[in-house]
Amino acid sequence: MSSRTLPLLFINLGGEMLYILDQRLRAQNIPADKAKKVMNDIITTMFNKKFLEELFKPQELYSKKALRTVFDRLAHASIMRLNQASMDKLYDLMTMAFKYQVLLCPRPKDILLVSFNHMDAIKDFVKDTPSILSQVDETYRQLIEMYTPLSSGEFQLIRQTLLIFFQDMHIRVSIFLKDKVQNSNGRFVLPTSGPVPHGTQVPGLIRIFSCTGEEITRLKFNNGGNYTTALREGSFDIFGDRVTKLGTNMYSVSRPVETHMSGTSKNSAQHTKVSAAPNPLAKEELNLLARLMGGLEVQKPGNTDTDFRINLFATDEEEEEALISRPDELSYGVINIQATKDQQANAELAKIMGEFTESGDQSPSVSNKGDDLLAMMDGL
Amino acid sequence: MYHKEKSIQIKNSASALYNNLSVLRIAPRRLTHFTVVHANMVNMVSASWDGLNYTHRQLQSKEPNVATSTSLIMQAAFCVLPSRDLLVVTSQKGIQMYESDGSIMVYWHALDTPETPTAQAVFARGIAAVYENYICVGVSSGAILVFDVPSKGSNITLSEVLEEHKESITDMASECSGSQECIANLVTADDGGNLCVWKSGEEFQLLNKIPGFDMSCSSVKLWKGTVVAGYGTGQIRLYEAVTGILHAEINAHARWIYSVDIAPFSGLLLSAAEDSLVRVWHMTITPETNSVEVVHLHNECVTDTQICGAKFCDGDGYAFAVTGYDLSEIIRYIQS
Repeated sequence: MSSRTLPLLFINLGGEMLYILDQRLRAQNIPADKAKKVMNDIITTMFNKKFLEELFKPQELYSKKALRTVFDRLAHASIMRLNQASMDKLYDLMTMAFKYQVLLCPRPKDILLVSFNHMDAIKDFVKDTPSILSQVDETYRQLIEMYTPLSSGEFQLIRQTLLIFFQDMHIRVSIFLKDKVQNSNGRFVLPTSGPVPHGTQVPGLIRIFSCTGEEITRLKFNNGGNYTTALREGSFDIFGDRVTKLGTNMYSVSRPVETHMSGTSKNSAQHTKVSAAPNPLAKEELNLLARLMGGLEVQKPGNTDTDFRINLFATDEEEEEALISRPDELSYGVINIQATKDQQANAELAKIMGEFTESGDQSPSVSNKGDDLLAMMDGL
Repeated sequence: MYHKEKSIQIKNSASALYNNLSVLRIAPRRLTHFTVVHANMVNMVSASWDGLNYTHRQLQSKEPNVATSTSLIMQAAFCVLPSRDLLVVTSQKGIQMYESDGSIMVYWHALDTPETPTAQAVFARGIAAVYENYICVGVSSGAILVFDVPSKGSNITLSEVLEEHKESITDMASECSGSQECIANLVTADDGGNLCVWKSGEEFQLLNKIPGFDMSCSSVKLWKGTVVAGYGTGQIRLYEAVTGILHAEINAHARWIYSVDIAPFSGLLLSAAEDSLVRVWHMTITPETNSVEVVHLHNECVTDTQICGAKFCDGDGYAFAVTGYDLSEIIRYIQS
């Protein structure tokens, strides 16, 4: 559908990730200098020029699997380590939060305001570091350039594309349940009250006109809700009051963030099972992924002096338990592409590429792409 | 006025797409087909009128003979022509036409998709069967493809391409009153809210253009020479098709409208939006005296659901069906 969705998806999910990590760093009493380094490293990686160039190119949305891989890499772009269970939970929280924001946006164009809320917060995280600040400012300009000229219909297409990405995700998040914005069945509460979107009138009026344009009749009807007139429009500039609270940090108040796995979906047939067999489309996705991640410079793992682990659960035992008890249909099946010159990983990748050419698809472009891909992996 | 009936379960949840429900009533077989789009699949369920039998079928958006093609479906709609009924499915790659039970694909038309994605999305959306034997389909470029459909067989041909709209087509509709006297028999709508009114024939004739106000018209119907259009602002407007005169303006919904439908024998109007509400109205249109009346009759709230499809199940509006984003059921209501 829309080929302009990926930047918004990435920036908003990235923003949510930073809110959560920031909260966990404080909750776990990580020393301020280390915490700051983590945030700066991740933000620098997120707004890397080459990476953003790839991101902003017109393209279809990635699969959940592919996007999860990008965020795995991003989360490890610093001295912070996350276990599988914590990474899963982090991703659950990020995606449910953004799904909520997309659904609750009064107008499709408001997704841009939500993105600006995330950007504003990110800017605040790095306000003391001019080099990163300039990268963030540059991204504002790119967002404004790409999105402000779009029509309402084009924004709705972006929104519909995002909603397909989030389809059937009903993970319960305790902060949402507590605030009563999510029901116990995992579905979000959609109020039939409050201000109408900017540009919309409060429902309840029928006007009939004559052929000359004069109003002949006015009829009122009961709109079944409790609506009020629209608020003023938020700012689409680099600075300004965004008006909407969607996309602002809801973790500011320290509260434990839990997700509930059980009873998420009664009908597991709803979730598309992740197939283990390599499929021809994956090669296209791997190519895109490789180009994108080529821009992500990742720290070599394992300096035990400075490394530390972040846990998204209250205790290590809970984290272990969460990993074991996670239902199959909710596993993200991350694509394993390692940053180090791992012989085995390259051989794996080569094998997958080989399997595509074996099936008789002998077009020369396939092997070229494969070579490029391997070269990229080597260069990481 | 209406009460909720037993819902029909579908295999996948509905995607957030305009007009995401199509209904075909087959009286001789005492059953009704429903189609709901989920990403790259069409869920079809045929329900017998006695409520005892439900058959399910799923259609994928694939180019025939190409295993790897996958593309998202924008819309699926039944097209009723004098001699036959077809199911038309539009996606990012092209247009598929099936026999109305979804059993056989009779025609495939590929869209020109560029090698590398462009900023402007490519897809087909907006489907209408038009007097006498045409099926019209809209494209994201604003073009309208007119297909000539023979009374049987698969010799469907592209008869004309209408290039009037400059923005992506959102929806289109043919005159549904059954009257042969209406001059205009097709209305097409686009992302800018612009409406074009046409007369069908070997060469389609543009009768009128009604400008939008840069607000997308997501769903449109044509009845007794009157265009009924639902907009992203939540407004419904009634225009006289051939002259463009605005007869009525309704501040109908608090969010983007996703579907409008008309029961042609009774003049009932159904509107549904992202605000979780389905509303039923009644229209009285007298073309001879140019008078239009609209009254509001009924509201149904589908709690916590952004509605994406709503259709009457019969020409009188005795029953209607609703689909919502992330919902795996077709909710039905019948008159009390």
